[in-house]
Amino acid sequence: MAEMAKEKAYRIHLMVCAGTGCVSNNAFGIKAALEREVKKQGLENEVLIVTTGCNGFCERGPLLVVQPGSIFYQQLTEKDIPHLVEEHFLKGRPVKKLMYTPPKEKTPVPVLSDIDFFKKQVLIALRNRGLIDPEKIDEYIARDGYKAVAKALTEMAPEQVITEIANSGLRGRGGAGFPTGLKWQMVRNAPASNGSLKYLICNGDEGDPGAFMDRSILEADPHSVIEGMVIGARAVGASEGFVYVRNEYPLAIKRMNIAIEQARDYGLLGNNILGTGFDFDIKIVRGAGAFVCGEETALIASVEGRLGEPRTRPPYPAQSGLWEKPTLINNVETWANVPIIIDRGAKWYASIGTLTSKGTKVFSLVGKINNTGLVEVPMGIALREIIYDIGGGIPGGKEFKAVQTGGPSGGCIPKEQLDLPIDYESLTAAGSMMGSGGMVVMDEDTCMVDVARYFLTFTKDESCGKCTPCREGTKAMLDIITRITEGKGTEEDLTLLEDMAHAVKDSSLCGLGKTAPNPVLTTLRYFRNEYEAHIRDRKCPAHVCRQLNVYTIDENRCLTVGKGCDLCRRNCASDAIRGAKNEAHRIVQEKCIKCGVCYDVCNFGAVKVD
Amino acid sequence: MPKLTLDDLAKIREKTKRLTTIRVGGEYRAKVCVHMGTCGIAAGARTIMNALMKELEEREIHDVLLTNSGCAGLCSREPMATVEVAGQAPVKYVDLTEKKIKEIFEKHVLGGKIVQEYALGIGSEKTDY
Repeated sequence: MAEMAKEKAYRIHLMVCAGTGCVSNNAFGIKAALEREVKKQGLENEVLIVTTGCNGFCERGPLLVVQPGSIFYQQLTEKDIPHLVEEHFLKGRPVKKLMYTPPKEKTPVPVLSDIDFFKKQVLIALRNRGLIDPEKIDEYIARDGYKAVAKALTEMAPEQVITEIANSGLRGRGGAGFPTGLKWQMVRNAPASNGSLKYLICNGDEGDPGAFMDRSILEADPHSVIEGMVIGARAVGASEGFVYVRNEYPLAIKRMNIAIEQARDYGLLGNNILGTGFDFDIKIVRGAGAFVCGEETALIASVEGRLGEPRTRPPYPAQSGLWEKPTLINNVETWANVPIIIDRGAKWYASIGTLTSKGTKVFSLVGKINNTGLVEVPMGIALREIIYDIGGGIPGGKEFKAVQTGGPSGGCIPKEQLDLPIDYESLTAAGSMMGSGGMVVMDEDTCMVDVARYFLTFTKDESCGKCTPCREGTKAMLDIITRITEGKGTEEDLTLLEDMAHAVKDSSLCGLGKTAPNPVLTTLRYFRNEYEAHIRDRKCPAHVCRQLNVYTIDENRCLTVGKGCDLCRRNCASDAIRGAKNEAHRIVQEKCIKCGVCYDVCNFGAVKVD
Repeated sequence: MPKLTLDDLAKIREKTKRLTTIRVGGEYRAKVCVHMGTCGIAAGARTIMNALMKELEEREIHDVLLTNSGCAGLCSREPMATVEVAGQAPVKYVDLTEKKIKEIFEKHVLGGKIVQEYALGIGSEKTDY
């Protein structure tokens, strides 16, 4: 191996977040400014600048964590950097104005671990987040990386590895929650025909709107996925693996490629890994971004170069998968959990979580929430804790209405169930699902019928069209819901919608169709009154479905407060507003196209919507 | 021959662990803080800091935390540094030179013995973080 270079120590490490979120907010510009200023102050031998993967607190990016001490700087601009470098790194005075101050408070919280967003998180899959440069294998190794692979290859029999994973209680993090150990055992037991070939796949086809768990893991800690796969390959007897990543994730693909190269250089991939005689290598396959390819049989077809369409199961991929060989397919987050389970033991892992769901889960927390970001929490934590303690609640003092988990295949969980402990079973019982971990928070301004319409539009578009229930069913359901949002729905529509949802759920070929009705069914279950308001009263309670809105002008307010400013009339596209400057205005309902522009532009609150 | 043996892997781990200790907050045998107000810098605090960096590097020491802080208020006695050996009270040193800090590093930081003749006193001002 290469000779060890002379150790160069630095007294300060600047951990610059370079996840996709911060990168799109100019993280690399910040990094360049830091390099420039550090050099200008003559600190280049004392201060090391490190780019890390996603820190998680995306809402506040671009982010910088200063070590030692974990001083958390946020919402940085290039202009802040000269002052920051001089004050903190040269003169030792941390800069308060660049620290995080919680909403409604005045004192900043300097240290990362004291910030509410981070306090309740438990990091297992994201154990190295913000602590390593994902493009440096040595830094992964320093965090006990590739220790588990050494253990699995030299001290454990393949059967023992599988037992350990089974005993840990780890379940698939891609959505369905199938016990990982059992899946591994099935692949190991599968009789391998022609030359005993078996394959491994890492499913990184993350397609849920608003979800970025897999991307963040691949970007922040690609070696944890590689290490998990080597262990899995050894356990089931596979010699070749594929990481399937969407082409829309260029940074994840780049970092994964670098990681694979480095692992090969160190002989942690390839032939005779660590001198044990075990051979295994990994290739990246880029997906074109079809949602259905997250389904394992469609993904396999796509890896084979065929059209990404699912097929009936059985046979399961464990029996006949890629090129009809037994194939072990797990999600990115599942793979990332494997090394630490082998390293620290099943017992430790199983001590975290609930009776049926062990360990932690990564969620991407988005929507109407103060602290948008990536969070990892122990199974069994209440939704309320995620939304209010970690997420910081709803912006603008609005009321919480629902949270959508599991992406377009999931369901909407209402306020009454905020104390629901998160695990596979409780989410399913609530009509939703764990899914891969998308969590979209909605406030009082959200129309739940419109939400169902939005997700159904997505699944209808993404339906591959192979089976009739999904292809026709999603379209028929969407037609009904669209009708309802336009005020043309009838009472019978609700029954028809419900029947159809059940039919699509029961008879679709793959998971896409089987779960596509979930947003419809859960909104019908928890927010039926909103559907009824659209149908009976021809009203959208949240005023989202504009076709149902009636816009009027409070003529008195328009004249006395707004002095007849005429702004609405000048902006009206359909010439529906009567009045002139310094006069009271009014809307001619017959001409109004309900675009809502008058409501949006009025500075005096004189335009009313009902 | 494998590219990397188990021993090689362990060596890389130990080495990189040492270099990245400050990220995870391991155990430190001592903390040295150089006062870097404008007064301190003008009086030569950078020389003191550089000397300490050199000591750490040459001796390959990774369990001494080297930090800086602002003006300690006693501008006439700069450059100053505070040495805090784990489990002991902090000691302030004043009127430092490169030679003095090297001696302090050897005797106090590594040896645990306070260098009385350069010390101002025991104790330190409070910081808010």
